[in-house]
Amino acid sequence: MDINPMTILIASIFTNNMILANFLGMCSFIAVSKEIKTSLGLGQAVTFVLTGTSIINYLIYTYLLEPFGLEYLRFIVFIITIAAFVQLVEMIIERYVPTLYYSLGIFLPLITVNCAILGVSLFMVIREYTLLQSLAFGIGSGLGWTLAIVALAAIRQKIKNAPIPKGLQGAGVTLIITGLMALAFIGLSGVVTIQ
Amino acid sequence: MIKGVKNIFKDGVFQDNPVYRQILGICSALAVTNLLINSFAMSLGLIFVTSFSSLTVSLLRNYTPGHLRMMVQTLIISAYVIIVDIVLKAYFPAMSSALGPYVGLIITNCIIMGRCEAYAQKNKPLPSFLDGIASGIGYMLVLMSIALFREFLGFGTFFGIAVVGDWWTNWIFMIMPPGAFFMLGIILWLANTYIPAKDEKVGGAQ
Repeated sequence: MDINPMTILIASIFTNNMILANFLGMCSFIAVSKEIKTSLGLGQAVTFVLTGTSIINYLIYTYLLEPFGLEYLRFIVFIITIAAFVQLVEMIIERYVPTLYYSLGIFLPLITVNCAILGVSLFMVIREYTLLQSLAFGIGSGLGWTLAIVALAAIRQKIKNAPIPKGLQGAGVTLIITGLMALAFIGLSGVVTIQ
Repeated sequence: MIKGVKNIFKDGVFQDNPVYRQILGICSALAVTNLLINSFAMSLGLIFVTSFSSLTVSLLRNYTPGHLRMMVQTLIISAYVIIVDIVLKAYFPAMSSALGPYVGLIITNCIIMGRCEAYAQKNKPLPSFLDGIASGIGYMLVLMSIALFREFLGFGTFFGIAVVGDWWTNWIFMIMPPGAFFMLGIILWLANTYIPAKDEKVGGAQ
């Protein structure tokens, strides 16, 4: 696996987008995408946590789990790392950057159960990335996720008063919009692709 | 007792279906539904994990301190997911690599945590176990119906067996991500229109 980290960064934002190509982090994607401001807040928090956990999980996996043949424990270890990291970040931000805490605060606990975070760590192991590649993958996935949720929030604000059939309101129409967005992003797949 | 069991299944599979009614667990509902066989394997894994996690959580419910219960639930779920992962790797390696990271992502599937938190935490072990199975079957039902259409339109096959002749043109679009979003959107629409909610306020999905 010898891919330029820069390629991975660009690809994970546009062509291998976490939501639109890998369907990860859908729960909060649908629940929180009603307003641009809150979506942007959640997006920032996700990007931050993704960057941190992808490095920590990489180091733990390569230097602790692999040498001792404990790869099968990775699910438990990764989820604990993520929960602990989120908790730690919450405490640090609250102590030193209170303004940021008030804008991100409520989103942080939500992130522990966001499957995009665990998904990035698992993809990183399966695709055998190096440290630099994992870092690029973490940042890129976070940015891609933010891009998708902010774009969706913008569309949802515009159609707030549109006459949508009753059964389709809420999650239904959101999924259809996401489908159209995914279709648009497929148009970019000629630029870069990673598998 | 029999009536209670019937109600658990009716709620879990139709009226309170985790996917189209509660909008839970849709990540994997979208990701693995390009082939029927993948959806089937994934659903079996989820039924196993949901039912046994609910059983374990329910057995331990009187010994778990309130503020630690989320952590305990996550660990119980992870343990069962590891079992599923190891069994798949050992006996069905092809399936294991086709599902890739989505097996591990069963841990963050909100259906399981939701059932543990909403039902198993307050009920006896046996009903909790059945409730887990019922929710799992509800999930399977939706996954299989999405996969049926996606596989048929995308590959012209049913469980990998070709059912249409050479004249058939595959809809490549259906096996790509947008097809999954559209199919699930349409299923939500149909379900909200034709399957009545238990009471009106649960209706309108959020």
